[in-house]
Amino acid sequence: MTDTSALTAEIIEQLLEEWLEVEFTFLHVEEIASSIAALRRDEQDCLLNWIRRIATTHIQIAYQFALRAPDLLTHMERRLIEAWALHAMDTYDRAGISPAVRVIKDVINFTRLSHERTAGVVFEDVGGVMLNFVHGLSGRRLKLEQGEAVFTDSETLFLPAVIARMPSVADNFVLCKAMVAMMWAQTRFGSFRTQLPELLNAYEDAARALKHFQALETLRLQACIARELPGLYREMQRLRAELHETLPASWQHFAQELAQADATADDSLRLLARAYADPAAPPDICFQGELRPDAVAKCMAARVAKEKILLRVKLAQLEQELKKHRPDETKDRPAQFGLTEKPATEPGLTALELTLDGAPIAPPEEVRQLLTSIQLDLGEIPPEYLFAAGPGEYDPRLYEEKPADPDEVWQGTYHEEGASLYPEWDYGRQHYRKNWCVMREKDVLPVHDGFREATLEKYSGLVKHLRKTFEAMRDENRLLKRQAYGDNVDIDALVEALADARDGSEMSERLFMRMHRSERNIAVMFMVDMSGSTRGWINDAERESLILLSEALETLGDRYAIYGFSGTTRKRCELFRIKRFDEPYNEEVRARISGIRPQEYTRMGFAIRHLTSVLNEVEARTKLLITLSDGKPDDYHDNYRTQYGIEDTRKALQEAQRSGIHPFCITLDEKARDYLPHLYGAVNYTVIDEVNKLPFKVADIYRRLTT
Amino acid sequence: MEAHSLAPEEHFIREEPYYELIGQEIAIFEAAYQNKLPVLLKGPTGCGKTRFMEYMAWRLKRPLITVSCHDDLTASDLVGRFLVKGGETIWVDGPLARAVRAGGICYLDEIVEARKDTMVVIHPLADDRRALPMEKLGTLLEANDDFCLAISYNPGYQSVLKDLKQSTRQRFVALEFDYPAAELERKIVASESGVALDVAEKLVKFAQMTRNLKGSGLEEGASTRLLVHAAKLIASGIEPVVACQSAIAQAITDDAEMLAAVHELSSSLF
Repeated sequence: MTDTSALTAEIIEQLLEEWLEVEFTFLHVEEIASSIAALRRDEQDCLLNWIRRIATTHIQIAYQFALRAPDLLTHMERRLIEAWALHAMDTYDRAGISPAVRVIKDVINFTRLSHERTAGVVFEDVGGVMLNFVHGLSGRRLKLEQGEAVFTDSETLFLPAVIARMPSVADNFVLCKAMVAMMWAQTRFGSFRTQLPELLNAYEDAARALKHFQALETLRLQACIARELPGLYREMQRLRAELHETLPASWQHFAQELAQADATADDSLRLLARAYADPAAPPDICFQGELRPDAVAKCMAARVAKEKILLRVKLAQLEQELKKHRPDETKDRPAQFGLTEKPATEPGLTALELTLDGAPIAPPEEVRQLLTSIQLDLGEIPPEYLFAAGPGEYDPRLYEEKPADPDEVWQGTYHEEGASLYPEWDYGRQHYRKNWCVMREKDVLPVHDGFREATLEKYSGLVKHLRKTFEAMRDENRLLKRQAYGDNVDIDALVEALADARDGSEMSERLFMRMHRSERNIAVMFMVDMSGSTRGWINDAERESLILLSEALETLGDRYAIYGFSGTTRKRCELFRIKRFDEPYNEEVRARISGIRPQEYTRMGFAIRHLTSVLNEVEARTKLLITLSDGKPDDYHDNYRTQYGIEDTRKALQEAQRSGIHPFCITLDEKARDYLPHLYGAVNYTVIDEVNKLPFKVADIYRRLTT
Repeated sequence: MEAHSLAPEEHFIREEPYYELIGQEIAIFEAAYQNKLPVLLKGPTGCGKTRFMEYMAWRLKRPLITVSCHDDLTASDLVGRFLVKGGETIWVDGPLARAVRAGGICYLDEIVEARKDTMVVIHPLADDRRALPMEKLGTLLEANDDFCLAISYNPGYQSVLKDLKQSTRQRFVALEFDYPAAELERKIVASESGVALDVAEKLVKFAQMTRNLKGSGLEEGASTRLLVHAAKLIASGIEPVVACQSAIAQAITDDAEMLAAVHELSSSLF
């Protein structure tokens, strides 16, 4: 039975002194203790639990929280208090101690914002749906990002973190969708196909002119949406009615004129002079967002230049490809690309068919998208765009998107650029730290030194044995006898059944035989410890084991990949590609195995999370994640070597298991029996006590695991 | 229509199936048939391959024997097997052997789904030998002059395991199918389901939206067949958004986020 009587101030004070390390921090906890002591037991438990959890992140935040929380309990929902604490800790992770303390101190502001938290839609939650929504609509493939306002630069749509203008979640979602559709409409129906910045500068008050122009465009685009997406249009009108938005009387006829099916942005510009002169303020429409002509102009200028090059280069590639299939006599003649108009399927966008020497061809998806994008920017495809680029006409750096070299990026200020971010489990906080680990994949530098040959010679007896055992594991087709259904009659069964029938006993129905083809359908990921502690013997043994294992797996035909992991602090987590799933076991891979060198520390959570996602992209009935390691999780100057690291690793393994992966660990750490059962479960690990036995054991363990 | 059973080779198509000509597929098929060449139909699911076969069977007045291939389909399932009856074994022809004997059209739907060793049994039928070796009987069955072999295949599946071998595909006259152009698709949806043309137009537009999503979360966009399903629901009085959700969105994906996005698209459109 649990004790439900309230804790006394003394006990609470003791707890607080321990958690807040009063001995060193000299914080005053008596008052806090007495105010908590006045609460009900369940309230006390809730608060104390949170103070303890926050203290594992930062004592100062926990102290500030403890100062304020008891008073708040009376008039704030617990759910909100929890959100407030988590928000403070996330802020600490992202921005450091002072912004986090500010979050705690500014609880009033937090409660005001809590409406946003209950009724608002959060970008993180709806971003995925909105992106698919906008991809489903026609036109350029737009991107979606979180920004400080609602606007588009004609390639990326920006939405704020929270949209909370409407009173309910459902309506805020509709508002968000309307904003996305409006920005889409701007790119789709040519709002940017004008020289807007110059034209606006002709007005005395360019900012006012921009506002008026935007209002006119919004009216025009609303009409476009009414024609294209009538369901959404109805919802948009409903939102406006709920917000009591009306159109000034003097604007009614603008709306009418711009609602014509053939109205363009030029018509909005034409009406701008009249609207500008009108003293009435332009209507404020809830989903209109902002118009940023400068951002658009900059983005468009870069894109127009790039897409011209890209299209001509792609056409040259297309020509090369098609040439292979053309008769010889026409091979030397330069190909003529052309466009013919097809019956329109989309209003305002001419459907075009690409032709080569007059014959229609089906362009690849990327060429089709380029054509659409250029058409949206320029309203047409200028003829000079259709000349295939000559060899060497453009510097490939102009159009190729080259991934940045990881080592260079690490040294730059924006070291998170292009990296994947992974969360990490903080067991003290009992919550994830968001985007905590900055992970990058790198290649192992191959070393061609005949390591494989040397290894095979060294273990020649073992190799023969392995080959034999693994060959025996290969798919064997078995003939299943006495089946109720099958390809052939099982004569033995039939004879027996007939004898039974004569005899008067019951005749079996299982009279057939069938060939059973069992398919091994296994994908296995080897996650190899490349931490500094593997230097020397262990590293050699790991590399030898990998060679022997790869040889064995080649006999067996299972799909496998090998990645090494290492890290120094959460900002520099690295995974080293040794063999990807789609790579054959070739000279390069062998040289990479030979090139495995000890690196830094053993941060494990990120590696398990990333390799889980890699493994989950492979289609296989059984998926294994096998870790080769020499010790427990550890990292530089960090609490990762404590319980924290073990709990994060355990959480990552649980996530992997939940997605259908079987984790297994082979370790050289003799103390591993203390912590591995907690991580992998009682049976999913093996401790090898002598380093030089590793090569003998690994393949054998694999065989046992998969039969 | 009452349910009744009939032998596969008696399955004649008596009434003209609804089919809209897209290109020259009918002429090509007829020419291939006259020259005893087998035919391969390529195209995404639900674009009208099976309907085309029914139409051709009606046109050529041959019985149509369809086998939907699956990954456990063995050679015996196609050729035939011995069964036990009253203490004796008797031979029963499989659907392919029946078609070869009776001079029917044998249509192997989604051939890549069948096991690799199964595909090989059609090889001798698909070249100028036109014969089916029946190993278990120890005989060679030469095809009736009217026999025709057709297979279908969806190149959209990007799985290496489900690719058609060159030795198989290079025996066939290939006809490529795709979703019909918007105008034609609208006509098909309207006449198959009886909905008004403007509803059909919206459905086609909706299909186009889902096809835009192919590659960014959807394996395939909505097929013409799904559009017809949705249109039939609408014609029976179901709300268009609901019809799209149950006949199309749920049929193309299980992913919750994608379902939500597709739902937003359909509710924007109607």
